[in-house]
Amino acid sequence: MELDKQTLLQMYRNMLRIRYFEERLAEESAQGNIPGLLHLYVGEEAVAVGACTPLKKEDYITSTHRGHGHCIAKGGDLGRMMAELFAKETGYCKGRGGSMHIAAPDIGIVGCSAIAGAGIPIAAGVGLSIKMRGTDQVCVSFFGDGASNTGAFHEGMNLAAVWKLPVIYVLENNMYAISVAASKSTKLKNISDRAAAYGIVNVVVDGMDVISVYQAVSDAAARARRGEGPIVVECKTYRFRGHHEGDPKKGEIYRTKEEMEDWEKKDPIRKLADRIINDRKASQAELDSISQETIKEVADAVAFAKESPSPRPEDAASYLFVS
Amino acid sequence: MSENRQLDFAEAIREAIRQEMVRDKTVFVLGEDVGKFGGIFGCTKGLLEEFGEERIRDTPISETAIIGAAVGAAVTGMHPIAELEFMDFIGCGMDQVFNQMAKIRYMFGGSMNVPVVLRTPCGSRYPVACGAAHHSQSLEAWFIHVPGLKVAVPSTPYDAKGLLISAIRGQDPVVFVEHKLLYYAKRMPKLREPYPSLIGHVPEEPYAIPFGKADIKRAGEDITLIATMMMVHKALRVAEDLSKMGVSVEVVDPRTLVPLDKETIINSVKKTGRVVVASEDAKTGGVAAEIATIIMEEAFDYLDAPVRRVSAMDVPIPYAPVLESTVVPQERHIREAVLELADQK
Repeated sequence: MELDKQTLLQMYRNMLRIRYFEERLAEESAQGNIPGLLHLYVGEEAVAVGACTPLKKEDYITSTHRGHGHCIAKGGDLGRMMAELFAKETGYCKGRGGSMHIAAPDIGIVGCSAIAGAGIPIAAGVGLSIKMRGTDQVCVSFFGDGASNTGAFHEGMNLAAVWKLPVIYVLENNMYAISVAASKSTKLKNISDRAAAYGIVNVVVDGMDVISVYQAVSDAAARARRGEGPIVVECKTYRFRGHHEGDPKKGEIYRTKEEMEDWEKKDPIRKLADRIINDRKASQAELDSISQETIKEVADAVAFAKESPSPRPEDAASYLFVS
Repeated sequence: MSENRQLDFAEAIREAIRQEMVRDKTVFVLGEDVGKFGGIFGCTKGLLEEFGEERIRDTPISETAIIGAAVGAAVTGMHPIAELEFMDFIGCGMDQVFNQMAKIRYMFGGSMNVPVVLRTPCGSRYPVACGAAHHSQSLEAWFIHVPGLKVAVPSTPYDAKGLLISAIRGQDPVVFVEHKLLYYAKRMPKLREPYPSLIGHVPEEPYAIPFGKADIKRAGEDITLIATMMMVHKALRVAEDLSKMGVSVEVVDPRTLVPLDKETIINSVKKTGRVVVASEDAKTGGVAAEIATIIMEEAFDYLDAPVRRVSAMDVPIPYAPVLESTVVPQERHIREAVLELADQK
C-alpha cells in the first residue's frame, strides 16, 4: 500500500508520542511521582497507531490495562492523560481512574478495563449500538494474547459474529500474559485462528510494522462499514519493558535476554523512519523536528499534570450516579 | 381510566417494557428466549411480533455477552433492557455487572453513563415448583454491596410497572430483581387465593415511581415489619391474621434497596420501637442484616427490643419441598418473629 507523506508522518509522530510519553512516565514513576501501577506500551506502538490511524474521530475503541498507546493513537490529549496518571482533577477521569481506566467518549474512547477480556463483549455491544443506530461507525477492540483465553473472548466474539457487528478485534499478541508464555496457554501458533470457530475471518500481521497493521485495519474497517461483520486482526508484537514498571529486569525472569534483544532490533519506530527515508517521503531533518516537537509536547504534559490540582476529599462520592 | 384494571406482575412488567419501547426507539430487549418464547416467565410475550427481531433480541446462552453487550450499547446511546432467565446464572456474567456496569461512570470521572436495566428473576418457587440450588436463589445482597448499582425489589404489579419505567428512563445501571412467585398469580389459583395482593390495579397510562421511596403497604402501631418482594405478601397475610389477636403490624416495603428510603423506615421504628426484617436471601451478610444495622446505627434510642431478622437459612436451597419450606422463610417464620417481639411488650 502506498501511503501519502502526511499519513506516514502522522503515524511517525503518534508512535513517538507514545514512546516518549511512556519513557517519561517510567522516569517519573522511578522518582515516585506516579501513585499507581504502570503497564507501559513501549515496543507495541505500531499496533495502536496502525489500528487507530484508519479510524475517524467518531469511531470507537475499547482498551486494556496497557492502554496509554491506544488512547494516544485515538487522539488523546497528552496533558489530560498525564494528569490522570498523576491523579489530578484535570485528568480524563478526574483522577478517579488512573493508568488502567482512561475514557474519552468525545473522541470515541469508550474506556479501558483492567479486567483481561472485559472489553471484548463490550465492543460487541458498541457494534450493536452502531448497527441499531444505523451509522457507519466501527469499533476497534484491543486485547492481548492473555485475554484470548477468557470466557469473555468466546462469548463476545461469538455474539459479534452471529449478529454481524462492525467490530474489529485487534489481538495484540506480545507472547506473554504477565510471565506465562502464550505457548503454555494455547496450542495454536496463531491465536486468531480461533476466529474460524465463530465463522469469522482473521488476518495475521507483523505487529512491529505499522504499515502492515494500518493496511489490515483499513481493510477490516472498510469491510465492517459495508456491513460484512467482525474480523480478528492478530498483530505479532513484543513489549520492550516488563509487564509493569517493577517487573524485575524488564521480564528477564521469564524471557531470555537474547529474545528481548532480537525483538528490540525490530523497533517499530526505527522501522518506519527507515522506510520513510528510503522511500524519500521525508528528510531526516523533518523526522528530527517531529521528534523535538514531541519531546516538548510530553514535557508540557508533565508540567500541566504537576501544576494541576488534586481531587478534593469531599468529592470522593461524586460521579457515582447521574441522579 | 378503568379503576379496576387488574394485572399480575408479569403483565405489569410487559406493559412497562412495551410502553417505553413505543416512547423511545433506543430502548430494546436482549436475553435468552425473549423472542418467540416470550421470556421464560412470559414477560416479553408478544413483543417480538410488535417490535421485531432487531429490538427483541434472542441471545446465545452467554451471560457475559448479554450483559457486556448491554453495557457497550448503553455507553454509546442505547437503552438496553437485558434479561437474565434466573438470577442464579448471574455469576456467569458477573464481571460485567460489578466491574464494568457498576464502575464505568465513577471510574471514568462521570464522563459516561451506563443506562442498563438488568432484569432478573429471583427466589424460591415453593409451593409451585421446586427449583433447587441453581434456580431458586435471592442474591440481591450481592448488588447492594457493589457501589454504583441501583437495586429495585418490587412486590406488586403497580410498583413493578412504575419502578421499571423509572429504571428505563433513568441514566444509571439498575439491577431489577423480580421474585418468581409474583409472576404466576393469574395462572395459578393456588397462589392467587392466599395472596390476593399479587394482582392489583395498574393504570394503563405510563407512570414512574421514583427510586428511594418506600411504601407502607399496611399501616400499624405495634410492630414494624419490613419486607421485600414475595415477603411483602407473606407479611401482609401475617399482619391481617395478627390483627385479629390485637397486634397491629405496620408493613413497610422499601421497593428499592439502592437507594434505600431510610427515612420512612426510621419513622416507622420511632412509632413502634419493634422491628422485624423479612427478606428471602440468606441471613448472613444479607439485606436484612444491612437494614437492621442501619436501624441500630440511626434509630437505636427508639428501639424497645433487638431487631429480628427473618431470612433464609445459610444453606443452598434444597429440592425436597419439606426442606425448601424450612430453609426459605414462610409465614410461620414471620409470625413467630413478630409474636416474639409482641410478647416482649
